Amino acid sequence: MMTLPLFFFYLFSIIAVASALMVIVARNPVHSVLYLIVVFVNSAGLFMLAGAEFLALILIVVYVGAVAVLFLFVVMMLEVDFGQMRRGILQYMPIGVVIGAILLLELLLVAGSFVITPEVMSSSVIPIDNTMENTRAIGLVLYTRYVYLFQAAGAVLLVAMIGAIVLTLRHKPNIKRQDVVRQTSRKRHEAVEIKSVKSGEGL
Amino acid sequence: MNDLLSNYLPIVIFIGLSALIGVALLVAPFLIAVKRPDPEKVSAYECGFDAFDDARMKFDVRFYLVSILFIIFDLEVAFLFPWAVAFGDVGWFGFWSMMIFLGVLTVGFLYEWRKGALEWD
Repeated sequence: MMTLPLFFFYLFSIIAVASALMVIVARNPVHSVLYLIVVFVNSAGLFMLAGAEFLALILIVVYVGAVAVLFLFVVMMLEVDFGQMRRGILQYMPIGVVIGAILLLELLLVAGSFVITPEVMSSSVIPIDNTMENTRAIGLVLYTRYVYLFQAAGAVLLVAMIGAIVLTLRHKPNIKRQDVVRQTSRKRHEAVEIKSVKSGEGL
Repeated sequence: MNDLLSNYLPIVIFIGLSALIGVALLVAPFLIAVKRPDPEKVSAYECGFDAFDDARMKFDVRFYLVSILFIIFDLEVAFLFPWAVAFGDVGWFGFWSMMIFLGVLTVGFLYEWRKGALEWD
């Protein structure tokens, strides 16, 4: 039974790394987004192996269900001239290399600190309690101990909502909308008129 | 720990089985179906004309708005799950902390409703 989690760890890791590579290698941006979804799903598998089932399922619900769809819309909204997109690649190469180097350095710092001081795991602010399920452990601290961060998250979501509406909402003029109250409160004499038409004559 | 993972074994079997069926359905036509291609059969056909231009077109930005509003309420619901699980232990403070969070987002929801962002046109 001990080897089965190990097998799945390597399976998820290899697929995640390979598809992460495909995200930046794929010629078509839509394919890149689809590979990104594969990366998300496999990262969720890795979370699951680490015992963080809440994070794993939230990763699928939020990132695969919503963020990837948003990325797809953004890719679709851009002008999809792929030849044009490739042309600027040399121009943006230096800044890309700088950002990549900074990210690599940060990752090495995180990995290196575990090698230098392995006891850093046990000195965390909230020690990991293996007898408690992940969702409960998050719930116990998120709403009380980290209440300011939690409220800040709410404020960020509010700003995002208002910002998206302000930036993208454009109502077309002269749209006819259905107004149920006006429709049902209309009286008969406002709508119909009876005219007696004589035989042989028009109106 | 292994207890948790063994709970997910049926899901792994389910995913494996559905992947197997999916791949089998994709591969089977290559092996079984009759294939006699000729240039007329495999050429592009669009109402008798050659294709005029690329089938891609720009999406309306309104799809983006719907999607981002969906993400925000998706996250709001995601925050509710740990709260519900730990509800007995977080006490009144945790209860009101969540109520304020929901209140802030309800302000946004009312704004969205009044601005007509939920209407398509």
